[in-house]
Amino acid sequence: MATLRTKHTASHLILPLSVLGLLIVINLIKGADYFSISVINGALYGNIPNILFGASELVIISIGMTLVTASSGGQDISVGVAATIASAVFGQVLIASNQDTVMTIVLALLASCGTGLLIGAFNGSLVAVFKVQPMVATLILFTGGRSIAFLIDGKLSPVVGTKLTGQIGGVIPGVPIQTPIILTFVFIGLIALVLKLTNLKLYAESVGINEKAARLNGINPVSVKFLTFLIMGICTSVAGFIAITKAGRHDSVNLLKFIELDAILAVAIGSNVLSGGKFSITGSVIGAYTIEVLNRTLLRLEVNTEAIKAFKAVFIIVLMAVSSPVVREFARKTVERIRTKPAKQEV
Amino acid sequence: MQTTGTIKQREKLSNSDLLLVIAAGIFALMYGFAILSYPRSFLQFQTFFDLFSLNAPFIIITLGISVVMIGGGIDISVGSVMGLVTMSCAVLMELHDGSVGGAILLALAIGLAFGLLQGFLIAYLDIQPFIITLAGLFLGAGLLTIIHKDPLNVTSPAFVALRDYEIIVPWLGTTNRLGHFIPLQIKPGAIVVFVLVVVLVSMMKWSRFGRNLYAVGGNSQSARMLGINVKRTRFFSYVLCGVLAGSAGFVFVMTTGAGNVGNGAGMEMKAIAAAIIGGTMLNGGVGNLLGSPIGALTLLTINELIRAAGVDSNLQAIIAGLLLYLFIVLQSAVVSLRGGSSFALALPAWIPFARKG
Repeated sequence: MATLRTKHTASHLILPLSVLGLLIVINLIKGADYFSISVINGALYGNIPNILFGASELVIISIGMTLVTASSGGQDISVGVAATIASAVFGQVLIASNQDTVMTIVLALLASCGTGLLIGAFNGSLVAVFKVQPMVATLILFTGGRSIAFLIDGKLSPVVGTKLTGQIGGVIPGVPIQTPIILTFVFIGLIALVLKLTNLKLYAESVGINEKAARLNGINPVSVKFLTFLIMGICTSVAGFIAITKAGRHDSVNLLKFIELDAILAVAIGSNVLSGGKFSITGSVIGAYTIEVLNRTLLRLEVNTEAIKAFKAVFIIVLMAVSSPVVREFARKTVERIRTKPAKQEV
Repeated sequence: MQTTGTIKQREKLSNSDLLLVIAAGIFALMYGFAILSYPRSFLQFQTFFDLFSLNAPFIIITLGISVVMIGGGIDISVGSVMGLVTMSCAVLMELHDGSVGGAILLALAIGLAFGLLQGFLIAYLDIQPFIITLAGLFLGAGLLTIIHKDPLNVTSPAFVALRDYEIIVPWLGTTNRLGHFIPLQIKPGAIVVFVLVVVLVSMMKWSRFGRNLYAVGGNSQSARMLGINVKRTRFFSYVLCGVLAGSAGFVFVMTTGAGNVGNGAGMEMKAIAAAIIGGTMLNGGVGNLLGSPIGALTLLTINELIRAAGVDSNLQAIIAGLLLYLFIVLQSAVVSLRGGSSFALALPAWIPFARKG
């Protein structure tokens, strides 16, 4: 908790944490048993584990999205599609091997990570080398990607459910926590380690803030941007892996649909600037969990399924309006005026 | 006009015009290829005008998105706003016995409301356009399902008359296989597109707002120093885009005659793609609204071609993606070659022309 005490980090985390706190309070008002956890078949179930379980793909993708946003100042809108293609490769390798061992799953995962890297390299080369806006560059895969995944699959939603993948997407006997949750935390840990041990965070931030200045200081903006897109590729393939093992089949049309929008939203809720520069992975992770909590809160409040999107929209608008610089400045001035008024009267 | 003397000073083609020329060239190439491979259908005027008649809403929202993109913003809510408008108009006319005029007003009002809300939040509260219009997308889609869930066919006689109304051009037509002459038929939607293109292109070219918008999109800092009201210009670009999305919604319901939950879903990304193919750059400040319908028509011609060739429909999306790739790289190359060293491609040193400029 030492990092929380520094002023910069703390101010960055106020927004996502306060939103999360607000949502939890709403949930507690609705029913006090919100935090209750029960043990079913040797695994933990309840609201909290469900949220952690449901948000795993979103969290992983938002980590990659944060890095891409920080270095390139734009967003990757092909993440859901990229995850679909990578997981299609995973499924096909697994089906072709026709075995259910840890080895084949690792091999298939490696193949899908390779695909993810390839996609990352494609997007990254467009953004870094050809200087195309990230959103435009990733629009290409967004348009054609799901069809590519369909062609890899060869048919609509092939089944890839084996005993082992079922355990990865669900529960391993003897372990009380659902496997996707563990995988997510391991992944967060790995990324934290990478950011702690390397200069990536500093480089990505400096490239995002001022590319020319970064270049004059000896940082190669091209390779830094390219690298963040490669990391994004790994993130998408891991997210695709989790999604396909959860579902047990590969639905190339609907797998992780619209996750790119949620991921960008998570980055924004995490108080990251969408035009690049300083970033906080912690904020994005909290933002991603907040979105999942929001979705589940709306369900819990028995909002009509049709109305959920509208409520979400109102929530986003209010949140963004409150946290916008203009409103903040206005609030600061108002508070100051209230503080100074009584002082004047005393004089 | 600074033509002093006999030597005419040739003005250097601006980036916007160059990209427009390239877009037009590619479209001509594409359509020529289509004519060569399927002379029977693509040589008919009817096929060409059908592209306009059937896809009028798509072209209209492409125009709207191009306006916002020239101003340096983005609006991804247009598709769902359009969907919301189609359903609202259908509900008004079918379930509440509303008139066609009322429906037109409602469509424009909904578009205006979205434009005002988003424009205010983006321009005056300085919030990132992507997030706000994303919220607009959710809001539109959510309201659409709240209003009505099932497909709704409009059967009021006044509306059906408008839906089936076709402008017949007797001097432009084709003889069919049996030798009968069939005059050209144009839907009113196509007329709306033509009018909007003319109005918007001249507005962007000659009005103060249009010129301000180019300046704001190109460099908002220097635009402000020139005394341009950056916030107001941005605000109006979103309002305009919203109104266009609203009118696109009415044209949509006029073409299909029904409100449906799936109306306009995913249209925003297609429209952005069409705008880019038409030569508008997402960075802002570059683009020509004449290119937007051309970009949209290029995408549609490809789809028609693939449909006519009878290949796997999945290839449609992949080829559209490839084409987009081609355009994006082409635009990047054009801008970098013309911009000289300041825009030099960041190609590795071993590529021979990397150090050009």
